Amino acid sequence: MLHRESGVFKTSYAADMALYPLPIARWTIVALVVLFAVILPLSLHEYYLSIINLALIAVVGALGLNILVGYTGQISVGHAAFMSVGAYTAANLAVKLGLPFWITLPAGGLMAALIGAIVGIPSLRIKGLYLAIATLAGQLIIEWIINHTPAISGGAQASIQVPRPSLFGHELRTQGQLYFFLLFFAALAIVATLNIVRSRIGRAFVAIRDQDIAAEIIGINIYRYKLLSFAISSFYAGVCGVLYTYYLGIANYEQFQIGVSIDFLAMIIIGGLGSVLGSILGAVFVTMLPIALRLAMEPLAGLFFSAGEMSSVIASTRLVLFGGLIIFFLVVEPEGLNRLWRNIRNYFRVWPFSY
Amino acid sequence: MKHTRRWLGATLAAGAMTLAAGAAFAQEKELVFGLQCDRTGATQNVGVFLCPGYHDYIELINSKGGIEGYKIRVIEIDNEYKVPPAMEAHERFKKDGAVLEGLYGTPQTAAMTKKLEEDKILGTSPGFGTSAASDGKKFPYVFPIAASYWSQGAAAVAFAKQQLGGNLKGKKIAYLFYDNPAGKEPLVILEDLAKSEGFELRTFAVPAPGVEMGAQVLDITARFKPDFVIAHLFGRAPSVSIKELKGKNYPMSKVISLVWGSAESDIKAAGGYAIAEGYHTLQFAGVGLDFPVIKDINAMYKTQGKAAPSAQEVSVYYNRGVMIAAIHAEAVRNAIKAKGGAKPSSEDVKKGMETVKGFTLGGMVPPMEITEADHEGGGWVQVWSVKGGKLVKNGDWFRAYRELINKHLVATN
Repeated sequence: MLHRESGVFKTSYAADMALYPLPIARWTIVALVVLFAVILPLSLHEYYLSIINLALIAVVGALGLNILVGYTGQISVGHAAFMSVGAYTAANLAVKLGLPFWITLPAGGLMAALIGAIVGIPSLRIKGLYLAIATLAGQLIIEWIINHTPAISGGAQASIQVPRPSLFGHELRTQGQLYFFLLFFAALAIVATLNIVRSRIGRAFVAIRDQDIAAEIIGINIYRYKLLSFAISSFYAGVCGVLYTYYLGIANYEQFQIGVSIDFLAMIIIGGLGSVLGSILGAVFVTMLPIALRLAMEPLAGLFFSAGEMSSVIASTRLVLFGGLIIFFLVVEPEGLNRLWRNIRNYFRVWPFSY
Repeated sequence: MKHTRRWLGATLAAGAMTLAAGAAFAQEKELVFGLQCDRTGATQNVGVFLCPGYHDYIELINSKGGIEGYKIRVIEIDNEYKVPPAMEAHERFKKDGAVLEGLYGTPQTAAMTKKLEEDKILGTSPGFGTSAASDGKKFPYVFPIAASYWSQGAAAVAFAKQQLGGNLKGKKIAYLFYDNPAGKEPLVILEDLAKSEGFELRTFAVPAPGVEMGAQVLDITARFKPDFVIAHLFGRAPSVSIKELKGKNYPMSKVISLVWGSAESDIKAAGGYAIAEGYHTLQFAGVGLDFPVIKDINAMYKTQGKAAPSAQEVSVYYNRGVMIAAIHAEAVRNAIKAKGGAKPSSEDVKKGMETVKGFTLGGMVPPMEITEADHEGGGWVQVWSVKGGKLVKNGDWFRAYRELINKHLVATN
């Protein structure tokens, strides 16, 4: 955040590890809470809230994937499948047993964690590209199982309609109501991740990422922590899948195919591996930028083309621009948007007396 | 740091443009149609031909003064065959006051079903989505407006029966399908018909992305040796199936494809009309450019000094786009008439859609009748077969085994 830290000295490890590194950070958080909980929902049209909703769901999934890829250094190309595990677990519980979301949501997460830990077993023996292929196999196996098991998928269409989440007997159905529902879980996921990565577990993850043999020598049980990382990461993915399910009112495995896994990997790479803020920025970038590009192009294209031509021009130009911007940002700062933000912040830290 | 400053400038400019887009104003005598498309995603081979057809028909209507005096503005959003952009598209249409919405894609249709009902905006899903949505009681705001996969499966069996001399007893039929929910959907109908008609049915699943089916085709041609093949494939898969079946010397006149493997582009990608000679295709809209409405569109282009749109080279998809637009327009026309010329709401348009009847667009649209209970409009299809270098009409609009389909509709809903 934009603030100056002169005069603040840290004299203990506890102070260095604190969630709020500076007193002013507390106020920044308060300001953010007011912005997201009061100002945005009151001032924005439902349409813009729906875009934020999509980004909030993506934030949860990106945070989870970043714990695995960014912090622990293990790659997974199967996260979309873990999302579908969460989605179908929650949908089946909600429809067959009539359970409310506060049971189905953690249940979906836990089931995804279990499956994720199983798919993560190859990580004990293999690394890097080999692990990517192993998790890719996991993705395809899970997709196949869901597609071919009517007991899970609920029939030939492989989709299960779920009721809207209800809170104190009140059904959440408009984008505004769902915004608060999703904001709560996205905020929870952000706080949980911040805390995980500064805890003993998070430090073990980072040690494994940096040098697994060294980590083992200093007494970290790398088998345990690698699987734990897969489990935690998949838990997030499962919760992300459940949120999608409640947001759309349907669980459908075709929403969680291999392309989605790649999208989430793109989010954390663009945002910045191994950073919480990076996951958020990456998720927002990938979900919102294509929409923003289209909204920006519509009035421009309207000047030159007829309605029919315009649609075709926008659809293709948007992809080119989106791809171009990804390359641009990664060339400007290979460590992602998080690093870019820190560079901007560091510049303003001594502004206007830069040297 | 000039960089930072230039950066801020660019961000601000982008933001300002976004606001300008949001401030698009609605005119008094204007109706908004939302159209979801896939021009860049997994099924873009359909979208790039289908969507121009939609726009061209609406432009034609507008050039003739609109529908009962109302001009139509189409907002098209490319959902890339992904679900989140489909949701964003729906919210955008709602914000701009769309009276109806053209959906695109089976998973997208599934994801929109609930939202459409809550927002009371109808969505059309011609040739995709769940077959159960034909039941207007259970799915009040989803309108397949064309033969569902169940109707297509039943029609394909009826066609095979006719081709095999009117009796399927003891015959063998192979079902070659894409291994996804849409591919599996006609199975229940085929299995029931296998029992009642007495033919042997064997299924051959092709896993995604469907470009490798040598094993399945070899199994069909060398081991099962069926009397007829019903193919239900998507994307690049139909052309691969034609090539493979031909390569194994299976007679193409014993193959019928459901509606997404039936375009000129599939035949061309398979190696041309000579290779596909005899191949039968199911269609839910007329094929070719020999329709009055297409001539009107081309005349409109000519008066503007432009050539006919290149998307017409795949008339199967182009015509479907025209058909979807025409049915949308017809529903709105009904709604305006019912309100005596007043501007219809999205719920009026739903009622208008439920009274679409006897609207054939010079033979391009089947004689469908959409009612409150039947959102499919009867489930009509036409067979077009490859003959002498082009697709030729092979019989009139028909439908088959309606009691069986109704039985399944009652059972699932």
